[in-house]
Amino acid sequence: MIKKTLLTALIALGMSFGTGAAFAAGGETHVEDFDFSFEGPFGKFDENQLQRGLKVYTEVCAACHGLRQVAFRTLADEGGPHLPEDQMKAYSAEFEVFDKELDDTRSAKPSDKFPGSALENAPDLSMMAKARAGFHGPHGLGINQVIYGMGGPEYIASILTGYTGKEKEEAGATLYENTAFPGGWIAMAPPLEDEQVEFDDGHANDLDHMSEDVSAFLMWTAEPKMMARKKLGLLAVLFLSFFSVLLYLTNKKIWAPVKRKD
Amino acid sequence: MAGIPHDHYEPKSDGEKWLHKRLPILGLAYDTLMIPTPKNLNWMWIWGIVLTFCLALMIITGVVMVMHYTPHVDHAFDSVEHIMRDVNGGWAIRYIHMNGASLFFIAVYAHIFRGLYYGSYKAPREITWIIGMLIYLAMMGTAFMGYVLPWGQMSFWGATVITGLFGAIPGVGPIIQEWLLGGPAVDNATLNRFFSLHYLLPFVIVGLVAVHIWAFHTTGNNNPTGVEVRRKSKAEANKDTVPFWPYFVIKDLFALVVILVGFFAIVGFMPNYLGHPDNYIEANALATPAHIVPEWYFLPFYAILRAITFDILFLDAKFLGVLAMFGSIAVMALAPWLDTSPVRSGRYRPLFKKAFWILGVVFFILMWCGAQNPDLVLIGMTADGHMMKMELPHAGDEMSFFTINVARFSLWATIYWFAYFLVILPLLGMIEKTDEVPETIEADFDSHYPPKA
Repeated sequence: MIKKTLLTALIALGMSFGTGAAFAAGGETHVEDFDFSFEGPFGKFDENQLQRGLKVYTEVCAACHGLRQVAFRTLADEGGPHLPEDQMKAYSAEFEVFDKELDDTRSAKPSDKFPGSALENAPDLSMMAKARAGFHGPHGLGINQVIYGMGGPEYIASILTGYTGKEKEEAGATLYENTAFPGGWIAMAPPLEDEQVEFDDGHANDLDHMSEDVSAFLMWTAEPKMMARKKLGLLAVLFLSFFSVLLYLTNKKIWAPVKRKD
Repeated sequence: MAGIPHDHYEPKSDGEKWLHKRLPILGLAYDTLMIPTPKNLNWMWIWGIVLTFCLALMIITGVVMVMHYTPHVDHAFDSVEHIMRDVNGGWAIRYIHMNGASLFFIAVYAHIFRGLYYGSYKAPREITWIIGMLIYLAMMGTAFMGYVLPWGQMSFWGATVITGLFGAIPGVGPIIQEWLLGGPAVDNATLNRFFSLHYLLPFVIVGLVAVHIWAFHTTGNNNPTGVEVRRKSKAEANKDTVPFWPYFVIKDLFALVVILVGFFAIVGFMPNYLGHPDNYIEANALATPAHIVPEWYFLPFYAILRAITFDILFLDAKFLGVLAMFGSIAVMALAPWLDTSPVRSGRYRPLFKKAFWILGVVFFILMWCGAQNPDLVLIGMTADGHMMKMELPHAGDEMSFFTINVARFSLWATIYWFAYFLVILPLLGMIEKTDEVPETIEADFDSHYPPKA
């Protein structure tokens, strides 16, 4: 075990010609810079968008993927989808979860979490928007991440819109060409198409819009406290800036006699 | 406690006298806080306070997180998410702790390079320097083990690679490696001992910091001129110094708060910028990440580790890389004895200045190299004459001799790193013609702030 583990580690470490390296070197993949409402220091989640994203997730993604870190109760949280309490309860009741104490399944309570992935090779989506980065470089300098952000939700949206329609068979599995996926071929069949999900308020449901909606929702599942975080950042920056001015003036005054500037 | 003459604590009230006879703790606090400090210290002398603040910040946020964290391979990853999602303010504490490590290392690198430039390591401050290097090593150990605790992909594979380094030591390597891991591979035993040591080491650092401060309070601070404070009489010393409180406490606090503006902007607006996305994927022993990279603050030494790609005699490249990595820190620790110049501060050493700034550039080059694929060709040619620039060779490409890839670039930078300490510092002291050094700290200060006529 240890030899094998070490060997794979060293291969990855020393000579990765694989997808990550091509990706890091700014290879062939393309991640579109979508314009999300929650970007920047003042950006905010759009509640309606998160609710639409939840619907896309529920009707499409949830067939294979899970959200095992996300508790149903948080769907009612402010700074998130902010579902009304009764809707959140009704929503959670539609899910079946396994209860260890009952040793049986029962309908989910708000305190329960979303089920995990139904398919073994479908990764859990709870933190996908933080576990992927869409933007890099140039040349490993990290400048693009400052300008465009880490690009997690952009990566997800780009995957959903990045299918070219080409397919190939490899080792008995069908792979689909995707312009955003490292390596160019992804095992997931195109999951979403125009008008697949209907929104109650008649919001546009073409592929691009739905991809953005579900990506925004997955950003929220990955970072449910983002609104509180930006608020803390803003308050801290403002307060500390003000405090630094006071300290600057104090320091100047204290040193004036020593520097003969009084 | 300093050798610089100054007013000592005098207990005034009866209560103070009573306490002072039994435990002179107020005297200790007074002398520490009122230590005569060279009045010409510049803005590079603020990092000590920033570092002290970081240590306190990391311990406080860390202790709170331990209340909610579960050190078990099945629960560690989820318990960190529990902190991020369910614990009141947990996300803030976790992001502050996570980015606090980066602030800590930014400050320590600035602090170390300050010491290198102004010759702070030279006699009589060798012990301060050595203790500082021990603190730095303890910080690296703590940071490395802390990064394993969230049990993400980079945690797991970083731990695998780094503990694997010890396995490269000929003979005893595999035994040491197994002892470090607590088993044949990174697993629950590894996580548990790393957790234990990650909690212990910060308190060792607290102790070392106390000794570090004690040592330089005994010798007195260095200063940008490198000229010692005059200490024949109190009056003379007073011309070169001001008490630490309030002059430098307020100055350092101001600097700290300005730095914290940037820190909280990162915590608030881009907390994952300095991290790696793969660490938001739970550790999986069966899926190796495409690209294993350590945190940014390890990159220069990681580049040195990977710079050696050839065997020498019976020593294989991997072990030589390990030797080079630890050696690069060892030579830095030996700087007090390698630097032969009678002039302490780099300010008055024209040749040294050039060598120093090249070292600074080399440090950043190594940092960049550490994050790149070692095979990435910066500029070069394949054997059949195809030019390459900033690209990876394809499998089977034969590269010509005139190829500079990341590994070779790192090797040159590594050679300079060693040459700086082992060749340049000893030689410069003998051949360099230095500029005129001011007589006193007061003279230097007065040249910036002339006395009123």
